[in-house]
Amino acid sequence: MDALDQALIKATQAGLPLTAKPYATLAEQIGGTEAEIMARLKTMLDAGVIRRIGVVPNHYRLGYTANGMTVWDVTDPEVDRLGEAIGKLPFVSHCYRRPRALPDWPYNLFAMVHGHSRAETTEQAAQIAALLGNACRAHDILYSTRILKKTGLRLVE
Amino acid sequence: MLQDIDRRIINQLQNGFPLCARPFEAAAKALDLNESDLIDRLGMLLKNGTLTRFGPLYNADRMGGANVLAAMSVPLERFDAVADQVNAHPEIAHNYARDHALNMWFVAAAPTLEAVEQVFCAIAAETGLTVNRFPKEREFFVELMLTA
Repeated sequence: MDALDQALIKATQAGLPLTAKPYATLAEQIGGTEAEIMARLKTMLDAGVIRRIGVVPNHYRLGYTANGMTVWDVTDPEVDRLGEAIGKLPFVSHCYRRPRALPDWPYNLFAMVHGHSRAETTEQAAQIAALLGNACRAHDILYSTRILKKTGLRLVE
Repeated sequence: MLQDIDRRIINQLQNGFPLCARPFEAAAKALDLNESDLIDRLGMLLKNGTLTRFGPLYNADRMGGANVLAAMSVPLERFDAVADQVNAHPEIAHNYARDHALNMWFVAAAPTLEAVEQVFCAIAAETGLTVNRFPKEREFFVELMLTA
């Protein structure tokens, strides 16, 4: 990543300019040409540095008021295969394998689920449980009760 | 209340945004809108908080920095004071109260893993509480679409 990439990340992590030619606007702001800006974004997309370009809705405003962190104790030989399958479920927004913190925390698979009600997220958790079958020894759903801080990840300052 | 056209904009633009000279014009065509209407509506949806962001979504793990999830069991009578102690560190990007014995969950982000560790050690020292680290061992691919 060079200086132009760094400048591009810094200029766009809050969003793209709402102008008819946003990539030309960025080139005016940080240097380079419109074509270079588009090429840099394409390279970062292909490399996975950018997950996608698009909109991020506010879950709550779309009616997704139940946002649960489902956590699962999955047998080690099965966890990666099953994690892949759970990530593909349409209501899962993040899915990670993480270390257990025994004895208090036996869970090694985390999947965030989103629904319009806790009844819906409970049903989603049941679908995950069915997929995991006997490989799952215990699970829980943790709902957020309060946002204490949300500044987001801002790595380039 | 969202209008039908806003729902269609949100649903389509969660899938991607063109990389061409006039991307709003290209995206608007598929929505049966004109370029300036799409720009105006996106501005409105951002302003009224229906959208939290519009643009490239960066993968923090591929940008050279480190970010780690951690959780603590905080005694309820100290909960707000501990939240202030945790949030005072600028490296803390999110912090959520959750209904579990581990009732405070936060993410620290810094240029290096060592710097993240320093933040967790400082929080443990300041609060006298155990900071349980839950670093990502593996991320599974997801493709969430929230239908508006």
